Amino acid sequence: MAITPEDILHTARLANLALTAEETERFSRDLEGIMAYVDLLKQVDITDVLPATCLSQGRNVFREDRVVPSLAGDKIRRNAPDWYRGMFRVPRVIG
Amino acid sequence: MTGWDRNHADFEAVIGLEIHAQLLTESKMFCGCSTAYGAPPNTQTCPVCLGLPGALPVANRQAIEYALRFVLAVGGTVNRRNVFARKNYYYPDLPKGYQISQYDQPLGEGGTIIIIEDNTAKSIGLMRAHLEEDAGKSFHVDARAGGPATLVDLNRCGVPLLEIVSQPEIRSPYQAYLFVTKIRQLVRYLDICSGDMEKGALRCDANISVRRQRKKTLGTRTEIKNINSIRGVERALTREIDRQIDILGSGGQIEQTTLFWDDDAQDVRPMRGKEESADYRYFPDPDLPEVVIDDDWLRRAAKAIPELPNQRRDRLVHEFHIPPYDAGVLTAERPLAEYFEAVASLVDRPKSAANWVLTEVLGALREVSGNIEEFPVQPPQLAELLREIEVGNISGKIAKEVFRIMQSEGGSAREIIERRGLQQISDGDTIQLVIGQVLRAYPTECKAYRGGKKKLFGFFVGEVMARTNGKANPQKVNELLRKMLED
Repeated sequence: MAITPEDILHTARLANLALTAEETERFSRDLEGIMAYVDLLKQVDITDVLPATCLSQGRNVFREDRVVPSLAGDKIRRNAPDWYRGMFRVPRVIG
Repeated sequence: MTGWDRNHADFEAVIGLEIHAQLLTESKMFCGCSTAYGAPPNTQTCPVCLGLPGALPVANRQAIEYALRFVLAVGGTVNRRNVFARKNYYYPDLPKGYQISQYDQPLGEGGTIIIIEDNTAKSIGLMRAHLEEDAGKSFHVDARAGGPATLVDLNRCGVPLLEIVSQPEIRSPYQAYLFVTKIRQLVRYLDICSGDMEKGALRCDANISVRRQRKKTLGTRTEIKNINSIRGVERALTREIDRQIDILGSGGQIEQTTLFWDDDAQDVRPMRGKEESADYRYFPDPDLPEVVIDDDWLRRAAKAIPELPNQRRDRLVHEFHIPPYDAGVLTAERPLAEYFEAVASLVDRPKSAANWVLTEVLGALREVSGNIEEFPVQPPQLAELLREIEVGNISGKIAKEVFRIMQSEGGSAREIIERRGLQQISDGDTIQLVIGQVLRAYPTECKAYRGGKKKLFGFFVGEVMARTNGKANPQKVNELLRKMLED
């Protein structure tokens, strides 16, 4: 399956990534290789195989509706790129 | 009804609604963080809802149970095998970069909601109802508030939502209003959502297009987001229909867009900054095992469904012979219905109990904008008062006075009546005595009455009532007065 530069740019935009021309070209090649592998997998006969949606074979794994303590404030803050009055601060996304 | 019906009679609106109802669980959908509203920002977060690497979501059983209750209550079909899916999009209030939702296997499909417009029932079909997690809250701030920046609070991130999608069978903003009201009533009856729109517990998005009357094909639709009040639904849709008709009427074309309802400006405006085109790349979430719902679970969910508003209304009509409209008001909210039925079970004339609850109790509640659970006159007290009327101890008019005293000062009806000497005077001799006084005081009027001016009868009744401080038994007064005047 041929991957066009437009496909790469669209995917990058969805992931909020900015790519250079050189990266765009390199990722086109890489993705094409990955897609070729998927094409290979498609040749396997799976008529009798149930679709798997989960890595574990279990079903109905639940938690009961009980509150457990959340993370302490400083731990959250340490993972934030920027912090202002208890909130994550990021570049303005609207207006 | 709204203006567009009259002004734009050539056009018909086609509306579909998506309602997000926050489920009333204590903890979030996939982690144990609290769902309590109003905590300081980001204090109810953990590695799972923050989307930190290596964290593993585990589904909250109660949230699934609540969703099941809804699907069964609307007569939908439950999918026995459920898969959670990732809906991918990039936005700061969604730290994982995807929302866990359901896609091709929603929990429920189909079902109907009945709305009543101008005394006519109309059923609105549901497309689906599925479980998902809420996103966080963003605040877009300028330099004065630490910006220009977007500030993010992730307390709401991961709170369980039931997304309810209607068929595009709603034909006017008023019907949309009725639909949302009905859904809100239902989720509150089912005890699965607070329905509190001010706190965002119930939110509404609308898809809307217009077309010439009797045309079968659909027009281009727009989507309106951020409708956060029941009245807002009607206003936002009215505004958008006007806008679309204006464009089509002047030969223009509708552009398929997402709009944002600005409640302060009372207008719709284009949304900016979100993903340009919906490209969510759904796929099954490999972190979450499938959910299989067996018969036993279905039975348990069905058992938790109380009598629903429409059934309850019909039952009240039959059981107590009250008009359907009145029964509708009494059953609008579950606590009010409980209140009325508690009173009705303690008195001989439930119909009069209905009138009392509808006029006196609801009137008093409106005055203080209180709720029925905290109303000072609870069912046993009100029933006692009504029994005093039934046995003829007090008149209906005096009862209203007693009711007001019970509200402001508390105490039982019996006690208040005795303490203040409000008992009804039914004793014929006493009443005759007062009538005699009145007739002597107004000889001219007596003459006029006997001469044919029968309208004066009411005047005499009023005088007798005034002289007994309203305590004379009105029926007795009528009876004796007539006799004494005719003699």
